[in-house]
Amino acid sequence: MVLNSIEKLLEKYDNAETTLQEEAQLRAYFAGDNVASHLESYKPLFIYFANTQQEAFTKDVPLNTKKKTNFYQWISVAAAAVIMLGIMVPQMWNSPTYSQEEMELYNKTKNALAFMSSNFNEGASSINVLEMASDNFNAGMYKANFVKEFGKTTNKFLK
Amino acid sequence: MTQADFVSLVMPFKDKVFRLAKRLLVSREEAEDATQEILLKLWKNKQKISDYKNVEAFSMTMTKNFCLDRLKSKQAQNLKIVHSNYQDKGHSSLQKQVEARDSVDWVSSIIETLPEQQQIIVQLRDIEQYDFAEISKMLDMNETAIRVALSRARKTIREQLTKTHSYGIK
Repeated sequence: MVLNSIEKLLEKYDNAETTLQEEAQLRAYFAGDNVASHLESYKPLFIYFANTQQEAFTKDVPLNTKKKTNFYQWISVAAAAVIMLGIMVPQMWNSPTYSQEEMELYNKTKNALAFMSSNFNEGASSINVLEMASDNFNAGMYKANFVKEFGKTTNKFLK
Repeated sequence: MTQADFVSLVMPFKDKVFRLAKRLLVSREEAEDATQEILLKLWKNKQKISDYKNVEAFSMTMTKNFCLDRLKSKQAQNLKIVHSNYQDKGHSSLQKQVEARDSVDWVSSIIETLPEQQQIIVQLRDIEQYDFAEISKMLDMNETAIRVALSRARKTIREQLTKTHSYGIK
């Protein structure tokens, strides 16, 4: 009786007309030990279906990777900004502030250098005077040459 | 949607996605990669997930398309070798047939010789036990066509099985 209905179910099964419940019935029958010998060939099929159903996906899926990298990227940008500010801000604040003493020293040094430079210029102008003297001297030498020439001609006459 | 919500949404069918992928891509590693890819795609579109009427059916459709694309693509060149290896099992040495006869794996290699469409239908119906309405939604086919394809697939499998079974007896 059971065998009969199983055979009928198998026929329906081959024509894809069984419902899910009927297929479950078949599965249960072939999972058991008392399978009729002429239906033995179906057994691996249903056992295979049952076994395959147990197979599971065990790999981990890294769901958050994308979010994390984004987060770290922004942290690196923030770090770069902080470092730049850290270098630039102290420079901008410190440069214009000098103490009273420092300003005084600075002015004194400036005055001393200006004084030296003016003296130096004076020296340079007195050198100019010397140059003028040397010019005059050269002119005198030139005139003295005339006298020499005159002396030469007189000597010729005397001979 | 938080990560925990997503995991609890995906939990019931992630194994089904994996098994369908494995049915089509054969190798376990390929199937794992494919499943990962599909779950990540779902995660990326998590804002839109509430718009889908049936996330599970949607995922199965996605898996089917993804795996078929994968088989067509260049990367499938490597898989070809795996396929032919398995087909070889069916027709080659007696030694291998004898080895496979008792083992349940034999069914798996018979299913591999079926056309992809039939493989998918057998997977969805006989292993995952979806009803025909759901399968027709996933595959975008009408129910009659599915029944026809399923019936063909079941008959082919049975023929192969009885053939090997009687060989075994003789």
